[in-house]
Amino acid sequence: MAGLPFVPEVLKQLFSRPATNAFPARHLPPSVTEFLAKVARGEAQIHPPVPTPPKFRGKIVYDREACIGCSLCIRVCPAHAIEFIPETKRVRIYVTQCIFCSQCNDVCPKDALHMSSDFLLATEDRYAESQIVE
Amino acid sequence: MSTEKVKKTVPYTVPIGPVHPALKEPVMFTFGMEGEIVRTVDFAPGQTHRGIEWMGMRRNPVQIVHLTDRICGICGIVHSLSFARAVEQIAEIQVPERADYIRTILHELERIQSHLLWAGVAAHELGFDSLFYLTWRVREQSMDLIENLTGNRVNYGIVQIGGVRRDISDEQRVLAEKGLDYYQGLLDKMATLFLEDSTILMRCRGHGILSEQDARLLCTIGPTARASGLNMDVRQDYPYCAYGDLDVKAILPPPETGGPKGDVYDRIIVRLLEVGQSIGIIRQCLENLPAGEILWEPKMAKLLAVLKKAEGEGIGRVEAPRGECMHYVKMAGKEAPESWKVKASSYSNLMSWIPMLQGEQLADVPIIVASIDPCLSCTDRVAVTRNGRSDILTKEDLSRLSREKTRRMMQ
Repeated sequence: MAGLPFVPEVLKQLFSRPATNAFPARHLPPSVTEFLAKVARGEAQIHPPVPTPPKFRGKIVYDREACIGCSLCIRVCPAHAIEFIPETKRVRIYVTQCIFCSQCNDVCPKDALHMSSDFLLATEDRYAESQIVE
Repeated sequence: MSTEKVKKTVPYTVPIGPVHPALKEPVMFTFGMEGEIVRTVDFAPGQTHRGIEWMGMRRNPVQIVHLTDRICGICGIVHSLSFARAVEQIAEIQVPERADYIRTILHELERIQSHLLWAGVAAHELGFDSLFYLTWRVREQSMDLIENLTGNRVNYGIVQIGGVRRDISDEQRVLAEKGLDYYQGLLDKMATLFLEDSTILMRCRGHGILSEQDARLLCTIGPTARASGLNMDVRQDYPYCAYGDLDVKAILPPPETGGPKGDVYDRIIVRLLEVGQSIGIIRQCLENLPAGEILWEPKMAKLLAVLKKAEGEGIGRVEAPRGECMHYVKMAGKEAPESWKVKASSYSNLMSWIPMLQGEQLADVPIIVASIDPCLSCTDRVAVTRNGRSDILTKEDLSRLSREKTRRMMQ
């Protein structure tokens, strides 16, 4: 088609599969909790979550036993998300402040810090239990 | 605007901004309109100051390098690379060759995704949404590749002072080559869809013209300058990273398309050709990827000690997708730098809006403003003050104006 090269492309796209990631359910269920209960019982199926890439930087994991309290991680944290607790000589990490650069993982001499592949972290309370790692 | 006394005779004053869909970056425009024609243009940037340099002066360079990732959501590697190069210059750090090549690969991948993002936005500004969706769909491939190589879609966090933080494994190399083949196969198709389309041709050819002389006088940089015929590219003029080993030539609109005219259409051509150039550069880098270390000093405590002692000034320049990006750093033997100045690429291109917009219609404003690829921002509305009564033009209204103009021209 002269001057309109997109027209054949549009017709082709009409019959191809959507490129976007599928929602967990095909249609919005009347009740989400009921639907999830059904999934738990095996009566309904959900689209699995999109896999994370290798070495993805998700929510931080802290190995309290391995930590020696050298506080090197505090020196390299760009977001000031790590706090040193002098009484216990251990650190506390505020996930809401973390920018997921994983620099503390690189610097830790005892390999006490790791990144998990957990990424759905939003909450309304920034001091919720899930938002503080210690 | 409401506090100012607005003139009630021709030329009418039309303010657009400070935050507006077509304007990517919060900036305040004031147009003097004569009917539909823009006669005078004035703009006021500086609406989105975040004090990021202030934050930087309270942190050490290893911390700042991740802060620089957040200056721009699209140019993730450009700012960190530019900052790292400035600091490396001060502390006399020799970056390993392999790290330089990996930096180049990611730098070019970023250019691919940024130019495709821009092409999609340009199509959207013209009211050509189906092409916008297609472009952004194919852009995902590069985002996935970047995610695989760095661990994140945006805010890569891959650059470290003295190298890069992640190596490219053999499996990732195969993936990268697959991604490049995908784009290689797409190049001709995208060129046809963008450059042979009669709607795009009539909306972009001859609109938003920036003459070569104006481009030079206004210190325009990047694809905007190249589309006006200025042969300049930091990668060619002052090679950094691995570009010295590669044959990089600034891309100008080819003579077959009518030579550099400096209009919006030429800017589309330059960016699409640069996607092809980036594919070639990444291929060369992957082929010649040298073995060896990826960090000058893997022990970060040692690196911090060296940086603390460093004294002097340094300038890091890189060719961002939008033009030259520059970081100035001054260190004075302290943990934090004494001074840090960021000059993002859009800064130099903003002045070119004035000659581009004069004499154009209001409906052309979105595409011309977007054509220099200023950094992105989101929707607001336009207030039009007419006879002391103000009307609000929403984003939909502007898109409608744009579409109506296309239809009028089709008849």
